[in-house]
Amino acid sequence: MPVVKSVRNIGHRVTEGIWRIGFATHFFVLVLRNSGSSFRRFRLTVKELYFTGVMSLIIILVAGLFVGVVLGLQGYEILKRYGSESALGTLVALSLLRELGPVLAALLFAGRAGSAMTAEIGLMKASEQLAAMDMMAVSPLARVVAPRFWAGVISMPILSMIFSAMGVFGGYLVGVVYIGVDEGSFWSQMQASVDFQHDVLNGVFKSFVFGVAVTVISLFEGFDAPPTAEGVSRATTRTVVQSSLVILLLDVVLTAFMFRGN
Amino acid sequence: MSSQPLVEIRDVNFAYGSRPILKGINMTFHKGKVIAIMGGSGCGKSTLFRLIGGALRPTRGEVKIDGQVIHELNQQELYAMRRKMGVLFQFGALFTDMSVFDNVAFQMREHTDLPEEMIHDLVMMKLQTVGLRGTHALMPSELSGGMARRVALARTVALDPMLILYDEPFTGLDPISLTVVGDSIRRLNSALGATSVVVTHDVQESMKLVDYIYFIADGVIAAEGTPEEIQASDKPFVHQFVHGERDGPVPFHYPSGSYMQDLGVSI
Repeated sequence: MPVVKSVRNIGHRVTEGIWRIGFATHFFVLVLRNSGSSFRRFRLTVKELYFTGVMSLIIILVAGLFVGVVLGLQGYEILKRYGSESALGTLVALSLLRELGPVLAALLFAGRAGSAMTAEIGLMKASEQLAAMDMMAVSPLARVVAPRFWAGVISMPILSMIFSAMGVFGGYLVGVVYIGVDEGSFWSQMQASVDFQHDVLNGVFKSFVFGVAVTVISLFEGFDAPPTAEGVSRATTRTVVQSSLVILLLDVVLTAFMFRGN
Repeated sequence: MSSQPLVEIRDVNFAYGSRPILKGINMTFHKGKVIAIMGGSGCGKSTLFRLIGGALRPTRGEVKIDGQVIHELNQQELYAMRRKMGVLFQFGALFTDMSVFDNVAFQMREHTDLPEEMIHDLVMMKLQTVGLRGTHALMPSELSGGMARRVALARTVALDPMLILYDEPFTGLDPISLTVVGDSIRRLNSALGATSVVVTHDVQESMKLVDYIYFIADGVIAAEGTPEEIQASDKPFVHQFVHGERDGPVPFHYPSGSYMQDLGVSI
């Protein structure tokens, strides 16, 4: 019966999804428990910081600049209708610090660093490197996974701040240099309306949460990938799709708590 | 085999779900010997390999190494035991983000407090043993399959293990590499006073280097003995395997329905 089959399939998918969330949570706890060596031998974490953080800089800088330029152009168009062009700096800064910086930087991070982490760990598993490490009495969770986790968690807020800074610079370029908005009011209005704790720190906290989520998803998918070319390929795709959805979902929840009606 | 046993496998059963893989396996590996575990693909020899390494837990029975039941050890004790073991994986499993030198030095850096100068000398000595001292600065991607296997062999014996496990060490090697790897296994075993277990289906190469052979078929030990005894065996399975015969107790055809029916021919 097709109906029974469909219901069974849906049930199977839901059950499997719940199992995977459970496995991922267990994995997250294990990573935290195995994190000691990431700090005792910080050299390992620094090496991963280079791959996840420094190597993501170009895409973050370029994307941040472009987003800031677009925000400047669109914002000016809208604000001009109300005669509030001088508030352009405020609009650009608040949009970036509260929302666009953390969310877009996290989406880019998932696409660049997250997918790379999944593919690398998946291939290490497929080529028995993780099994070999385990047989050498070296925990792959402590030696391979935990340093990558902390590198992701540390680099995400920094990348997000760099993204926002570049965006503000892009908004300045288009608003002040290109269109001719008064430079003094651009910066002074921004300074007056941006609250360090409410806007900047909340944005940083958001990006920290996104960093944890994206990194855990990426590492779990790599660690759990079937050891085949197809398995690694599917895991990499799942990392990008799931990370993007989780970032947007978490953004809704965090925004509701941080900025409800303010 | 009169020396002291290092590995004792007693009545080991293992199943993946409801599918039995190993049924009542009993083996004893004595210190200083090189033992081969042979059998066709899917006979359960790799499962046995993983049971000895403590990566799997038997459904029934026990695997004892140096007097300790391996699956009863906690993580810390298991890792302490594994420090005394070396494992060579089928394709080497070298860490691709590390140079040859760093691969061989890996365990020394992880498990010892030796100064870097001493590690350097030890790594060079291990690489010299497998004839690849000149490759220490290369990355694994710059090595041939045979060279990668030899570097992995140097890494396997980095901490002078008491038990060395080899998973299909001869697969995909050219004749020269085959001889070099086979010779290295025998030489290293003697030099280290270790016990080596070679899981393989390469009959001819294994016969030259091992002291004792176990044949596994359908999850049980089908035959065992010294290479001479195995060579002379008249058991149909052993005869078919040793002489590489196309058909015999191990059928050429996978069980299937009527050939005519599959071709759509009616008689």
